[in-house]
Amino acid sequence: MAQQTLSQPDEVSIKGASVRRGDKVFFNLARSAGIFMLLLTGSIGLFLLWKAIPSLQSNTGNFFTTQTWFPDSTPPLFGIAALAFGTLMTSVIAMVIAVPVAIGIALFIAFYANRRIASSLGFVVDLLAAVPSIIFGLWGLSVLMPNMQGFVEWLSTYFGWIPIFANPEEVYTKSILIAGVVLAIMILPTISAVTREVFLQVPRGHMEASLALGATRWEMIRMVVFPFGKPGMISASMLGLGRALGETIAVALILSAVFEINWQITEPGGNTFAANIALKWNEAGTNGLSALIASGLVLFIITLLVNMVARWIISRRKDYSGAN
Amino acid sequence: MAKRIDITDLNIHYGAFEAVSGVNLAVEPRSVTALIGPSGCGKSTVLRSLNRMIEVIPNARVDGKVLLDGQDIYGEDVDPVNVRRVIGMVFQRPNPFPTMSIYDNVIAGIKLEKRRSKKADNDDIVERSLRAANLWGEVKDRLGRPGAGLSGGQQQRLCIARAIAVEPQVVLMDEPCSALDPISTLAIEELITQLREEYTIVIVTHNMQQAARISDTTAFFNLSGAGKAGHLIEVGPTQRMFSNPEEKATEDYISGRFG
Repeated sequence: MAQQTLSQPDEVSIKGASVRRGDKVFFNLARSAGIFMLLLTGSIGLFLLWKAIPSLQSNTGNFFTTQTWFPDSTPPLFGIAALAFGTLMTSVIAMVIAVPVAIGIALFIAFYANRRIASSLGFVVDLLAAVPSIIFGLWGLSVLMPNMQGFVEWLSTYFGWIPIFANPEEVYTKSILIAGVVLAIMILPTISAVTREVFLQVPRGHMEASLALGATRWEMIRMVVFPFGKPGMISASMLGLGRALGETIAVALILSAVFEINWQITEPGGNTFAANIALKWNEAGTNGLSALIASGLVLFIITLLVNMVARWIISRRKDYSGAN
Repeated sequence: MAKRIDITDLNIHYGAFEAVSGVNLAVEPRSVTALIGPSGCGKSTVLRSLNRMIEVIPNARVDGKVLLDGQDIYGEDVDPVNVRRVIGMVFQRPNPFPTMSIYDNVIAGIKLEKRRSKKADNDDIVERSLRAANLWGEVKDRLGRPGAGLSGGQQQRLCIARAIAVEPQVVLMDEPCSALDPISTLAIEELITQLREEYTIVIVTHNMQQAARISDTTAFFNLSGAGKAGHLIEVGPTQRMFSNPEEKATEDYISGRFG
């Protein structure tokens, strides 16, 4: 003890650089990663724009309203109207089906199922989220489509008076509806897995508070879980929407590529940005490639807009986010 | 509107583990009953069994009777949801709903009871409850602001306002001051003393001075060893319990010799 006291210096040194080198290195590393991300996104946008300009200049039709795709003929005539319609329509159908079901599954896993069922079901959902989309496409084409014909026929027979379900040709395959259903099944596990994680984050204290006030489990979910999980539910849905908008192979397999806007979603036809690019790329000429890239640019912008709107919705009521 | 609670032969298990065994306790209306004892003695477990919040914990099982003015709350035709509407609860950590304003927090219970209530009625309830919780003066100008923006002590009083807005028969408090600073604690203690005029209050506390200050009756819980079940050792008027306890264990605990 005495020796220790002796060996200690009289003054304790508190001198040193106020910023440590490790902190500095890490700060710069993190910052350059962030900047790299911005540069990457920006340069993808610029690349698409750069490559798209030649075809946009030579196009004789209106790029946004024309419903044909002949970029390699002289004069070139093409437009994205049908692609945009098909992309948005399949995605909307997918979201309408997938979001409620996915949230239902997440609620069941997080609040209703007992622990054993919840963990095995959660495992299956995670597994499904990792299945490559080509598998969903093949399954949709060879299993779902033939089995769905009866339902689609029933839909257009009894609900044909609603214009979008009308089907005078009485052909019930390769339709936007079926593509939408396949997309729905594909994005469902993604949305479900993310919302489940969000639901599990809901503080126990808040759930107990609502139960102690005399809330039923469903009232507790509406009172505490949904408000707390709203940003996460929106993020999860946007993640799913992003996948649905950009989905290529599954849609390309199912839709019969037709270049016109057809609101009758049970009829064959329709096309999407990504599917069109995949189908046309190999046979496209110089101008054709440029036109496909132009359509890709539009998809890029749509995805950006969707994400920005989602961010805006999430940030609107920050005070109440529950994060504080 | 205060009712009495009679607990007879209460045993509570978590799975195979017996947490509390053989509790008999009478809680008088319009009084404050304090449950004290070392950690793990089952006092919070007993408290949570009084409004069936114990059932939120998986594998929890309750045997015995808990009578609310003679009616067994564990009876077969009793809905736990309705029990909790009559017996309110305040938790250890202030837990106002983060996504709701101060106003909406207070009427959250009212909204559960009746889907549609008049704005004027709600305004009255909010003001009355916040006044009863000694919070009105501090928040009356910002009722639309989030409840989570208040200080810890204010949040806890907001939670009390929320619990009494539905005019419960009994208010249970699970260490309501243990996350608060001394001044906020004092505010809550004063509030409890006022609420005692109208409500039956059962409070769990680690703070023996607190129990001595605010309670009429004190119940001392203890456990015979780690992993063993908690027991009710002694119950009596607070003054007698702190000045002249009958049991040695009680005396040791309140004089700070263990626990």
